[in-house]
Amino acid sequence: MTTISTPLPTTRQRIRTTLSRLWRPYRSVPLLGWLLAALVSVGLEQLVGLPLARTLGMSKIPALFGADVALSKPALIPGVVLFLSLIYILPIGIVARFTAPFTNKVAAKLVSYPLIITAVIHLLLIYAVLAIWCDISDYRVLVARLAMIAIILTLSLNVVNGYMGEFSCSHPGFMALGAYVASVFTLVLFVSENQFGEALLPPGLGPFIFPLTLILGGVVAAVGALLVAIPSFRTRGDYLAIISLAFMFIVKSMFENLEIVGGARGISNQPNYASLPVVFVWTVLAIWIINNFVRSTMGKALNAVRDGELAANAMTVDTRKTKMAAFLFAAFWAGVAGGLFAHVLRYINPDSFGIRKLAEVLAMVYFGGLNSVTGSIVGAVGLTLISEALRPLEIYKWIIIPMMLILIMIFRPTGLIAFTEFNVERLFHPKDKASEGAEDATA
Amino acid sequence: MEFFLQNLINALQWGSFYALIAVGYSMVYGVLLLFNFAHGDVFMVGAYIGFFVSSSLLALDIFGGLALPTGVSLGLVLVLTLIISMFLNSFVGMLVERIGYRPLRAAPRASAAITGLMIGIILETGNLAILGPQRLAFPELIQTATINFAGVSVTNKKILIVGVSILLTLALDQFVRRTKWGMAMRAMAYDYVVVPLMGISINTIALMTFALGSSLAAAAGILYGVAYPVLDPNMGILFGWKAFVAAILGGRGSILGAGLAGFLLGFIEIFVATIFPSTMRNLIAFGIILVILIFRPHGFFGEPYSAQMRL
Repeated sequence: MTTISTPLPTTRQRIRTTLSRLWRPYRSVPLLGWLLAALVSVGLEQLVGLPLARTLGMSKIPALFGADVALSKPALIPGVVLFLSLIYILPIGIVARFTAPFTNKVAAKLVSYPLIITAVIHLLLIYAVLAIWCDISDYRVLVARLAMIAIILTLSLNVVNGYMGEFSCSHPGFMALGAYVASVFTLVLFVSENQFGEALLPPGLGPFIFPLTLILGGVVAAVGALLVAIPSFRTRGDYLAIISLAFMFIVKSMFENLEIVGGARGISNQPNYASLPVVFVWTVLAIWIINNFVRSTMGKALNAVRDGELAANAMTVDTRKTKMAAFLFAAFWAGVAGGLFAHVLRYINPDSFGIRKLAEVLAMVYFGGLNSVTGSIVGAVGLTLISEALRPLEIYKWIIIPMMLILIMIFRPTGLIAFTEFNVERLFHPKDKASEGAEDATA
Repeated sequence: MEFFLQNLINALQWGSFYALIAVGYSMVYGVLLLFNFAHGDVFMVGAYIGFFVSSSLLALDIFGGLALPTGVSLGLVLVLTLIISMFLNSFVGMLVERIGYRPLRAAPRASAAITGLMIGIILETGNLAILGPQRLAFPELIQTATINFAGVSVTNKKILIVGVSILLTLALDQFVRRTKWGMAMRAMAYDYVVVPLMGISINTIALMTFALGSSLAAAAGILYGVAYPVLDPNMGILFGWKAFVAAILGGRGSILGAGLAGFLLGFIEIFVATIFPSTMRNLIAFGIILVILIFRPHGFFGEPYSAQMRL
């Protein structure tokens, strides 16, 4: 005879069941619903954020979700928590949950339109959230732009280190090429009174020509990448790591010696063309194009080269051409990111593109996850926000962040979200039961 | 000619630091096929350990009772400092292996490189946090004496530095070639999978590789302190990356190759700095390395291999 006794649930299990019960209604919230909720939340912050922050003892709205305030003045932590829950967590939770039926219906309707329209509507919503959130302070604008540039950079490095499986160290070099080329062009063409003399074109044209200068910077970076690619892709192995490292030092040293672009002092006073919408558009473009690239035949060939070069060769993949194309492509985007970076900070010097930058970009790629567009976005935004939020800790920040990364590497060696596909169509789908059933029926 | 010889001696001194660090890189790279990006900072830690050991030895004045001439007792302090710091720093290397590399044995190689990089940053920042940003002055352990030889002036420091580094590199090379431990290391470089089946523990060999490399890095740090008595927490970064370049230039698994490449890098840098403006140093040095790698992609003494062997 057997007795069946159900063991009492442990605390951990109990917490888990409570959490999953709490989370259940949110499973059916589509992206549209989350965006709507976020819009309400940032709108609320815009309207009542300042008085609320004042009553809770803060001098202004906490810039980065309160982390900076909480770390510099621990006495204010309860206030920060209250502020966060009143402004962000509660409104988002309530709105997302109770508009879910409505947003699902809208999402279902949107899915039937061409993808481009759905995508544009979502992007407009994302931009609206971002713009309202950034409207609070200039610091937020800066952080948001830096985070978006980090996304471009991380994605482009992920193409080489993740999708191609090589170890490239030259991204700061490509970035420097793009940054200097774009800066010199905008300064020569549109800015008077600097070392390059009078402006050649009316400054009003600047914002329209700016994309061209960025592309030019990217192209120059890609040409520089040829210098790395030609010797290093003849054989497989770690030559790319070493040659690209040498290339990075060469580029940095070259700009240090070019007096025409300021030498070690660098160049400053770039016009303020890289505003929030401009950077946003470029980031969306980069995500779109890179995502399409890695999902294309070329991207799959790249994965094949990574997993077995001989086998890929036998399967008619032109391995050398594939690797070259991917590397130049990645370098192009790194150059574009560099151009944007120069126009966001409006000051660059060769030291901004050194070993530190390399460590930063590598950390973002491996933090987010190899071979994954979502991972790169998470890694870039996450690490930028964390490093800005930990700023009050001063140098201890550079102990905490590396420790965090070591732990991530130990427990998830390929990064947080690795080896996933970024399926945009799937992202926009309604999430409720009815539409899921419909989807199954059509499938 | 005199000008050439004078610079040759400077280059030998400058190259000895690279050589000693590159050998450590080359050990890890040759045996485990991993990049040890923390190695430059292990060199920095070695220099600081040397600073503390020598300062405390001087403060304790342990040879005071023997009534030796100052030069001799200082020399004994230097020898003791070298031995103790090399011993202590080997534990730093083993710690790096234990924390950053052992948990990642099954992971892609690049992930281990990232942990190494991060441990390096922690070492730099930890140093900055504990000791503060001011630079430390390494105690003067050798009274400088200049020897004039055929119009070339050589200080005894330079002779010591070059001598010790060549001696250590050769000793390590002999260790790897002649001893049983060295044979195990070479076997591991040859085939990562079969070696454990022969009853050789990967973990032990890995720890030993890191320990040996780190103790040589400590020697490099102390010699650096003797030559340029200013220590700062970031001194390891550039040295580390350049020694990494030298290690690969030497060829995988070749200790003498790494040492030679380190000296070569020193030569290139010193001669570029004397002929061109010194700001061009990195530009031309790395340009030359790029050209060398184009013609000899496997380094001087390396053999072609596939990186996939390790995975």
